[in-house]
Amino acid sequence: MMSQPINSADVHKAMLEQQKSQDRRKMLLNGALLLLLLAAPFALYPVFLMKILCFALFAVAFNLLFGFTGLLSFGHAAFLASGAYTTGYLLSNYSGLTTEMGIIAGTLVATALGLVFALLSIRRQGIYFAMVTLALAQLVYFFFVQSEFTGGEDGLHGIPRGELFGVIDLSDNMNMYYFVLTVFIACYLLVQRIVSSPYGQVLKAIKQNEPRAVSLGYNVDRYKILAFVISAGLTGLAGSLKSVVFQLASLNDAHWHMSGEVILMTLVGGLGTLLGPVIGSTFVVNVEYQLSQGPLRDWVDPILGGIFVLTVLAFRSGIVGEIQKFMRKNLG
Amino acid sequence: MSEQFVLETRNLVKEFKGFVAVDNVNLQIRQGNIHALIGPNGAGKTTVFNLLTKFLSPTRGQILYQGEDITALKSAAIARKGIVRSFQISAVFPHMTALENIRVALQAAEGTSFSFWKSGNSLNKLNQRCMELLESVGLTEFANTTTVELAYGRKRALELATTLAMEPKLLLLDEPTQGMGSEDVDRVVELVRKAAEGRTVLMVEHNLSVVSKLCDRITVLAQGAVLTEGDYQEVSADPRVREVYMGSDGSGERGGSPAEQAEAAQ
Ligand SMILES: Nc1ncnc2c1ncn2[C@@H]1O[C@H](COP(=O)(O)OP(=O)(O)OP(=O)(O)O)[C@@H](O)[C@H]1O
Ligand SMILES: [Mg+2]
Repeated sequence: MMSQPINSADVHKAMLEQQKSQDRRKMLLNGALLLLLLAAPFALYPVFLMKILCFALFAVAFNLLFGFTGLLSFGHAAFLASGAYTTGYLLSNYSGLTTEMGIIAGTLVATALGLVFALLSIRRQGIYFAMVTLALAQLVYFFFVQSEFTGGEDGLHGIPRGELFGVIDLSDNMNMYYFVLTVFIACYLLVQRIVSSPYGQVLKAIKQNEPRAVSLGYNVDRYKILAFVISAGLTGLAGSLKSVVFQLASLNDAHWHMSGEVILMTLVGGLGTLLGPVIGSTFVVNVEYQLSQGPLRDWVDPILGGIFVLTVLAFRSGIVGEIQKFMRKNLG
Repeated sequence: MSEQFVLETRNLVKEFKGFVAVDNVNLQIRQGNIHALIGPNGAGKTTVFNLLTKFLSPTRGQILYQGEDITALKSAAIARKGIVRSFQISAVFPHMTALENIRVALQAAEGTSFSFWKSGNSLNKLNQRCMELLESVGLTEFANTTTVELAYGRKRALELATTLAMEPKLLLLDEPTQGMGSEDVDRVVELVRKAAEGRTVLMVEHNLSVVSKLCDRITVLAQGAVLTEGDYQEVSADPRVREVYMGSDGSGERGGSPAEQAEAAQ
């Protein structure tokens, strides 16, 4: 094969073949994941699964920005919380609203807040970007602490789950689960699409070599702002869903711990992989739950901290990234 | 009066905290020329490139492109006007394939670069042109290779193909042969010669044999200021040039000093 003259058309054909087989593998993986998630509530407690899905959505959204655009935000808690509070407040106070309207409103508020954050932070590079987003998120946190409508330190309790489209009763955990799952799958597919879209190619380019992308005529700030806004919006959606599932919105969601936790989930699962954040959040939520049930319940934070350090030092590619590496090494 | 020049700078100055890196430079690049910018290390050549493409803002002075003042434009806008640069340190997208590198450049003109809902397969219609460009720099068989895995000379060839994908009117090349063996250098000379058909090229180049083969006109920069300008004969005969440039550097070629390795492209 090496000795034959190289023909442009052949190379191209081989490439398209490879692309196709990759697409096929992606579909298979998506299908397997879908089946697993459809069956899961028959084996496991639906509320626990919904918690995982909400955090998985959070991490998938965060990864769009960090993993695929190369921007490390340390302020994503602000979007989670603004989604949660908005939805919680509206559903608690306006009984005429159906659940999905409350969720859409929460998502829109987080999206708008994301635009504000993006405009203020996007020109900063690296650690300065992280610091600006953290500072802005702290401002939002204090706003939530001071405000009446958030219930201050107590948070919002007893948010009614209500009825989806005014017909499907969401107080039933199974109904609620399949609603959350539908939203999650839609968002996951959306991010998958974004990453492989023409726009996703530009994001990749910006992440890999920003000056070069600029020299090719790309106005990189605009591309980054769009990624930030989509990421913030999906994060808000995760927060809105979470507030409906747990019927609770609290300062926990807005705390910088939350911004740190999503970084942990993403890194542990595999930065810049599609499935990584999903696996990572599943892992972290499980570890937290298992530890909190046992004698180590006061050690949750240090243990998670240890996992974080271990990941950064020894498994930089995360669970999914390491598996991919292993497969590539052993399968050719 | 300025119509015959594609690019002109007027009293261009760049100061870094009091240090004058570019000192009242007046460049005049003629349409269709291959114009060399030479000078010893630290003379300010890369800084001039950064000013022309607005990776740095001039402290003073004007930049005119086809008679139009472009001093206030942003980098991306300048690129879209047809002034496309390469970098002293090879600038590729390392985790994309060679073909994808070029496609990113072609995509800029497509108007779908914000289409986050579109399938990536919609870009396949650009593949044909990508393959042609890859072929023109001898990289056909590497179309599907991830760029980090390419040898240095091939990365630079890919960079050139990517730059050409932009169909630039004015090509700015910052040391296209730096760090290459003589075989690769000959290839690059041919590539640049081919690329220069129908365009104007401004190139920084240390290898004087390359300069003598390719360039119509040469500007010598020393300590930020223009020392002299002329064709190869005139410039190489100038004793001041020998003193600051050739004298300091013997053969006119050079290896990479540590300082150079550390120097960032921008
Ligand atoms: N961003 C910057 N901040 C401060 N000083 C700078 C900056 N960029 C360049 N300089 C200084 O300006 C001078 C000119 O640098 P420049 O990179 O333009 O030289 P050059 O002619 O391209 O040299 P070389 O042949 O080594 O590439 C050097 O003394 C360099 O240290
Ligand atoms: Mg230089």
